[in-house]
Amino acid sequence: MKKQKGVSYAKWGYIFVAPFIVAYLIFTFYPQMLTIYNSFFENYRDGLNQVGPNFVGFDNYVKLFTPDKNGVIDILKYTGNTLILWLLGAVPQILVALLLAIFFTSYRLNIKGQQFFKTVIYMPNLIMASAFSMLFFTLFSNVGPVNQLIQAWGWSDVPIDFFARKFTVRGLISLMNFLMWFGNTTILLMAGIMGIDQDLFEAANLDGASATQTFFKITLPLLKPILVYTIITAMIGGLQMFDVPQVLTNGAGTPNRTSMTLIMYLNNYLGKSKNYGMAGAVSVIIFIITGILSLVVYRSLNRKD
Amino acid sequence: MENINTSDSRRGQIRLSVARVLVYILLIFLSILCLFSFYMLIINATRTNAQLQGGFAALPQGHFLENLKNAWTDASINIPRGLLNSFFVSASTAILTTYFSALTAYGIHAYNFRLKKFLFAFIMAIMVIPTQVSAAGFVQICYKFHITNKYWPLILPGIAAPVVFFYMKQYMESVLPMEIVEAARVDGSGEFRTFNTIILPMLKPALAVQLIFSFVQSWNNYFLPSLLLTKAEMKTVPIMIAQLRSADYSKFDMGKVYMFILLAILPVLIVYIFLSKSIIKGVTAGSVKG
Repeated sequence: MKKQKGVSYAKWGYIFVAPFIVAYLIFTFYPQMLTIYNSFFENYRDGLNQVGPNFVGFDNYVKLFTPDKNGVIDILKYTGNTLILWLLGAVPQILVALLLAIFFTSYRLNIKGQQFFKTVIYMPNLIMASAFSMLFFTLFSNVGPVNQLIQAWGWSDVPIDFFARKFTVRGLISLMNFLMWFGNTTILLMAGIMGIDQDLFEAANLDGASATQTFFKITLPLLKPILVYTIITAMIGGLQMFDVPQVLTNGAGTPNRTSMTLIMYLNNYLGKSKNYGMAGAVSVIIFIITGILSLVVYRSLNRKD
Repeated sequence: MENINTSDSRRGQIRLSVARVLVYILLIFLSILCLFSFYMLIINATRTNAQLQGGFAALPQGHFLENLKNAWTDASINIPRGLLNSFFVSASTAILTTYFSALTAYGIHAYNFRLKKFLFAFIMAIMVIPTQVSAAGFVQICYKFHITNKYWPLILPGIAAPVVFFYMKQYMESVLPMEIVEAARVDGSGEFRTFNTIILPMLKPALAVQLIFSFVQSWNNYFLPSLLLTKAEMKTVPIMIAQLRSADYSKFDMGKVYMFILLAILPVLIVYIFLSKSIIKGVTAGSVKG
């Protein structure tokens, strides 16, 4: 019986894993390779005409980094937008989540109604991003309830056009991202804190450590792996930001393309023009940016102090 | 000595009470921030277009059913069809994702084979590659082989879900004793049958959580479906919502617009209200290891 085990059952491992691998190769790996391959070809639709595919080497990449007549390099501008939008939402998201996680896990504070608060703050994470964005658009439109309140309270005589200003559009996008993710991060960090050996906190307490000391000397260092994980996954998610700004600005990244993200740019090439060449090049750049930033964040946070 | 001690602890008590009050204020403020937009959504879904243009209201105004009827029977945005389409795609994706992730995790958990370590490392590695990087190639394939406006290209990729796989693998490590598998073998149960009839029922809590998460993810998915589903009768809910945004806004009945948004998020909201406890538990179980 024992002797046969390794021989007769090994094939089942392969059989059970096979569907996953096959699906991955067909639906993810092959399209990925095709994306990279495409980036070296001229291949798009111009009205009813199909141009290409013609091999053009690195021309698509060169085009991507060539300034337009105003001296703006679109992809750099959109990378900047994406990072700004991400940071505006993610910095408060992680700070607030860290605070809440500490409050919720503190025995001394002994916060009541935790289940209720957790339920409320996690909820926006499950809401359809495009619907959430559409909701914000209606709420903050010139005739929406927010402007009605502002006028009723006499803060302004004319409605504030939230969608005509760079700061308010970016602010709203970041606010939505913050609301959608801080509850999720709080729950992850709470699990991290509760995973820390409770004896350490007790020992620190007995030694007369203050709450601040306990936080910086015990909680933060031991929480670091989860914090790094949280920041990197938040960043990968942030670089893929699409639904919220796309719906809020109707795909235009208004005003003056200051809220246009990288994936919105990719989406434009995949729309009517079906420009697989440029879309491929943009995808490769997004991939490279994601890789570099993940590495930088990982390195800088895991530095030995 | 004693006096100093008691006054010290009293001061500590006061400081703690103040801290507690501040924390509660922060929590209530954040809760209001989270709930405000949804509260306004529900209120405004009960108001007519004229009422909405007329001014702000903090309380419902009784035209909910009217708006529901108008939204449900709208000529340009077929929301009942959209809900049905979304439900079909999301349910199918959730079932495939959950089943095959469990199957894959079991394959690596329960058997010893040469490529076991390599495959595990491989699946972990592909987890960090952004999914959008494959989108351009995927869209091209679908247009080339004329499989746009079909659901299976959106559903089948769910078979390979690295994150769900990882969750299942973690779960199995904590709950699945191999003795049960051995016992089933002695009883002459085939490997596949053992998985379906003995292992799967043992994974029920994990399966339920992942069914919900993958359903929600698919329900909310907008990017790829919007590029592949162009026929009106094939569109899913997120595409219809985005369509609302691109339509000529000033001509719209706003009561109807709020109702559309409410209908889009309601199914997930209802599930969440009933299962929030286990959903919140599920957030951490897979991603953080002690």
